[in-house]
Parts: sequence; structure tokens; C-alpha cells
Amino acid sequence: MRKILVTLLFLIFGTSAFADCNIKSGSINILANDFPALRTFVETSKQCKGNADFKVTHSSEHNKIAVPALTANPSEFSARIAANSSIVPLMNQDLIRPLDDLVKKYGKGIQDSQLITIDGKVMAVAFMANTQHLYYREDILKDMGIAVPKTYEEVVAASEKIRASGKMQHPYAAAYKAGWNLAEEFVNMFIGHGGEFFKSGSAEPNINNAKGIATLNMLKKLSELSNPDYLTHDSEAIKVEWESGNVALMTLWASRSGTLLDDEGDPNITKATKLAGPATVGGGNIPAATLWWDGFTLAKNRSDADADATFRALAHAASNKKMVADAADQAVWLVEGFVPGPKSIGVIEAVKMKAKPYPMLPQMGLMHGALGSEIVEFLQGKESAEQALKDVEAAYISKAKEQGFL
Amino acid sequence: MPNKTFFWFFLPTGLAMILFIGLPIISTGIQSFYAQHDQIVKEVKKCDPFGCTVSIVVDNEETSKIREAKPLGKFNGFGTYTDRNHLAVDEIKKFWNETESVSAFIDQVTNLPFYKALIFTLTYCLFVTPNVLLLGFIIALSLNAVARKIRGPLIFGTILPMIVTPLVGSLVLFWMIDSQGIIGANIQNLMNDPYLSLKSSKTLTWITIIIYGIWHHSPFAFVVFYAALQTVPQEPVEAAIIDGASRFQRIKHIVLPHIYPVVTFVALISLMDNFRVFEPIIGFSAEGSAQSLSWLIYDNLVNEEVILFGSAAATSIMTIVGIAILLAPVLIRTWKEFRIAR
Repeated sequence: MRKILVTLLFLIFGTSAFADCNIKSGSINILANDFPALRTFVETSKQCKGNADFKVTHSSEHNKIAVPALTANPSEFSARIAANSSIVPLMNQDLIRPLDDLVKKYGKGIQDSQLITIDGKVMAVAFMANTQHLYYREDILKDMGIAVPKTYEEVVAASEKIRASGKMQHPYAAAYKAGWNLAEEFVNMFIGHGGEFFKSGSAEPNINNAKGIATLNMLKKLSELSNPDYLTHDSEAIKVEWESGNVALMTLWASRSGTLLDDEGDPNITKATKLAGPATVGGGNIPAATLWWDGFTLAKNRSDADADATFRALAHAASNKKMVADAADQAVWLVEGFVPGPKSIGVIEAVKMKAKPYPMLPQMGLMHGALGSEIVEFLQGKESAEQALKDVEAAYISKAKEQGFL
Repeated sequence: MPNKTFFWFFLPTGLAMILFIGLPIISTGIQSFYAQHDQIVKEVKKCDPFGCTVSIVVDNEETSKIREAKPLGKFNGFGTYTDRNHLAVDEIKKFWNETESVSAFIDQVTNLPFYKALIFTLTYCLFVTPNVLLLGFIIALSLNAVARKIRGPLIFGTILPMIVTPLVGSLVLFWMIDSQGIIGANIQNLMNDPYLSLKSSKTLTWITIIIYGIWHHSPFAFVVFYAALQTVPQEPVEAAIIDGASRFQRIKHIVLPHIYPVVTFVALISLMDNFRVFEPIIGFSAEGSAQSLSWLIYDNLVNEEVILFGSAAATSIMTIVGIAILLAPVLIRTWKEFRIAR
């Protein structure tokens, strides 16, 4: 009901409340991932489209289409909403344009901290931050007398205790789906152990060491406390597990907290769902998590008129105080005027604990891909940790050689 | 048909085949011999909302110069074919010298991505193809024997698995075998093991995909066999009945020889289809336990943020070679029979 009211109010006042940005021509076509905060962001930018053509593609498969679509000349999309990792292939292939001139001309409300600069040039404008952090069931932990875990060792101990009590068989959940998700969990845990993926100043891999082994062993311990189907579970699947009350501790994206805490689903579970910062691991003091930003980039292979129109519309959203006030629940906005609410605890804690951003390196995608498929057999118990790490490095090296990084 | 008529008849199809199949294969072949140019990177300062760091980026100015000079990339010969992610020639030599027993050697080799995928693909082919033929034939025989009145609805029901989109079909089964789905939960109860999961065990995942493959492909064999059965002449069958031949003998000595060319045809098509197994792996989210050659190609093209055209092209070419090797015995046999018939 509340949703309907909000939507209605939005429809009535939304259109008149926002000033038209006076865009006379051009065409705007945006490619973006698909989650609520991005939809809000794109909708907000649409309000100021003026006479420009406005199209948007929201897809969870955005990574697969971005490079081919932006390589075409003129490119299919005039803008791409990217993140730390997905901006890299666009940079590698030189597919996005510097935004300095546009920021100077139209970027009045954008804060300096929002600008992603590479080599002194503005390549993207960030508008929200994201990370993976802990969610816990307050009722279960209280019943069992368990304190909110601060480290993954405590997460393991707490989950084992819950399992021993017979309350839940698989008390822990994280997105361990083979491929991108699983690799992301490795990246988090490895960074938590203080690992560096590459030997300094080169593209040589550097994961087959004590830190890598500790990372794998921790992932294995956690996977044994998860639903046996964990290798097929992505963020959406573990969200469903959580909402069915099968899980007491979970590592999940901050941007999903909105859907976990909304009015849908069992109110008792929603009420007991609480957020905490990301956990540390192995006695380290930085969290086993990576910080992410989401921001917009403009395609290089598009006319100046289109870039103008697209930038103005998107900048309107990226500096919109009303949007961040209305949608404070959906994300941790980096936009001026954002007042963090209870759903932002995860990201704010992560920043306070000095979490590292996801490594924005040209060869990182290859490492991420190799991790996603080569550590599966270790988790299934078919292979030793050393062998798995050796496989990752070997798979990475072949790919990096083909791509000319080594 | 005179050869000349045949030529004109075939021309449009032939042109389309050259344009849409032949040329892309040639282009893929050329691509497979090239790798990307050496990346020229430079150190720059990167700033984002979380702070500034000094790190590397690809130097686009320099790179674009090299790219313009040689747009195909760096000539790599069979480099991509022999690297670790494909035929892994060096690795296999090393394993052969280092390992002591044959089983340890096989263990090492099957741990390489290409061989892992090849073994799954071949296993899938070897189990699915014969079973599809057998099941399709049995269904066709049984349906041929039931009363005409109910035959229509039965035929429709039988070809349903083929009508259902592969992805949808596999997703339905995927949810049923979930540890909380109807099949998964019942198997857990039956085995009395709450940690049993069809999806996390490699063997069980393979079995699931193979069963799905048989279920999905049988209707094709059935339809073709059923059509062929309609052409079996009745006189010899009746004569055999009078001579006291059992049903099994009639099938073995009259029906099977009659539809033999059709069996070859179905076997060929099935083998080709099964060698390219792909959708069930995606549908079952089985990437962790089962990878096929087609999946490797897909993975190289879309799963990474950096697209590996060379790798994907090399795997494609090897898949084509693989299909050719598999089909060779059947093709040679058909060719010989054709020669004898003339």
C-alpha cells in the first residue's frame, strides 16, 4: 500500500517538481545493471530529458553486452552505468570519453568526491557505494546467547553452535555460485587476509601462498555450513533462503538490504533481520570485503550532441537531493544531501574500517575469471588448496599471455 | 534428377551456406591463430570516492597505434591451441615425466580445463546417443502397436519434451532437484542424509544432465523412427507371422534392416547435437561440476570482462574437428554403402 501511495505521489508531484534541464535535442540510451537503486537513478535522470530521445536497458547481463555494444561506431548506448570492475574493460579498449569539459559545463551539483579520475582525467561520475557485509538474525543469536560476530572465525563458531542446537541445518549463506560470485568471495577473503593479487608492478599472479591457502580454507569452512547447493546460489537465491528463515548469518551486498527489509515476506524474519559491518578474517584489521562504487560513463563512439544530452540528464540525477532523500533506503548515495539510514550501516562500517576498493587493474578481470572456475574442485573436496591455487595461476597465465599482459 | 538441375536447385542453399557458415568458420579459423598485442601499460594516479592510489592502466594511445598497424593482433600460430587452457602440450609432457603411475597422470590431465570439458562432452555423447536411439525406437514400436484412436494424443504427449525450450525444461528439473524441491527433498529422506545434494555432487550432476539429455532428445528419434515404421511393408511381416516368427524375430529380421538407413541418420544428428551440449549446463547452473566444449567457448566470450577471441576461436575449431572425428566412421560406412549400391 505504501508503495502505491509513494508511486502516486511521485506521479503527481514528480513531474512538476523537477525543473526541465532544457535539453533541446540528442538521444540518450543507457545500459545499466538491474537493481532498485539504479532504476531510481535512471528514472530520475529521465525527468529532465526534455526533447531528447530517452531509452534505457536494465539487465543483469550488462557485463556481457557492454564491450561489443560500445565498440560499434556509433555505439548502441550513449551511457553505461559501470562499477569499479566493469569500467576496466571499457578503459582497456578505450571506449569511454573523458568528462572534464562536461563536468565544467553542466556538473554544478556534482561533488568533487564523486569524480573518478584516472591520470588526471574524469572518466566516470560515481553516485552510490556498495559492499558485501554481514546480516544476522537478532532473535536467533539472542536465543543462543551469541554476540554479533566481528570476524569470520566468530561467524564459523556461531554457525556451528546454531547447527549443533538443531535450530538450523545450514545457518550460513553467501553467494557461492561457481563463476563470478564465487570468485568475488575469494577476492574479499583474500584481501581480508592482506593479500595482493599481483606481484608489485607486474601482471604476475601472486595468490599461491599462505594467504591464498588460508583464504580457501576459510571459504571451505563457510561452505560446509551453507546449504549443500551453495555452488548454484547467487545473491538472489540466498536472499530467498534468508526470507524462508533457513539462515541466521549471511554475507550479502548492501544494495540488497532494501529488498530484505521491505514489507514483503514473513514480518517476524524481517523484524529480526539486522545489519552489521563486514567481518575481518585471520586476525587482520581490514575487513574481508571490497568497496564498490557505481557511476556513469559516456561512450566515446557517440556524437557530442548525444554526449551533451546524456551527461546533462545523468548529472541531474547524480546531484539530486530529492532523489537521495526519497530513496534513502535503496542505496548508500554519494550524492550531496544524503543522510545515511539504518540500511547503510554495512557500507559506512566498511568505510570506517578502511576496507579496500575492488582492484581497478586492467588484468583483474582475467584473474577473477580464473578464480571462478578453478577453485570449485577444492570446495568439492576433490583437490588440495595448493593444487587449486596452482591451477588458478596457470589458467590466469595462459589467458594473460593471450591478452598480451604477460 | 540430372546433375544440372540439381546444381541450380542447390545453388541458393549453397550460397547461403557459404555466406553464413563457411565464411564465418574460415574467419574463426584465422582468428584462432592470433593473440592480442602486448599490452602497453603505464602508471597513473587513480582517484575514486574511497581515496587515491597509484596503479596501472592500458596506454590507449600507444595501443591504438599498434592496433591500427596490425588489426588482427599478434600472430601466435598454434600457440593458443597448445597453451594450458587448450591442448596443454607442455603440461602433459611435464606430467608424463613427473608422475609415477598412470592413474596419477590421468588425474593430472583431467584437471586441465580442455580435457575436463572433453571428457564430459564425450561421456554425455556416449550415454545419451545410444539411449536416445533405443528409447526412441521402443516408444515408436509401442505407439505403432496401440489403437489408432488414442495414437494422436499419445504422439503429442511424447514429443512434448522436444517442444519445451531446452532452457525451460532444464530449469524445471533444476528446481525439482533442489535440496528443497520435490525430487531433491525426497531423495534426502530416502537416503536419510540431510546434506545430500544432487547439485553439489559432480557424479550426480552428470547423471542429472545425462538423464535430462535423454529425456529431451528421445522425441526426435521417436518421430523419425515412427515415420519410418509406417513404410515397413506388411507382406513379409505377415509371411513371418505365418512362419511362426516371434515379435522379437520380426523386429530383428524385418523391421530393423528396413529402417537401418534412418537409424544411421538419427545417430548422426544425435551425435552432432550431443557433442555441442550447452543449454543444460546453463539451465542447471552446473558450471562448477560439468563443463562442455561449447560451454568453454561461451565462457571465453562472455564470462570474463576481457573477451578472449583467440581462445574461443581455437576451441570452436577443435569442436568442429571433434565432430568430424566422431562422425567419420558413420560417414565412411555410408559412403561405402552408397558406392556398393551404385
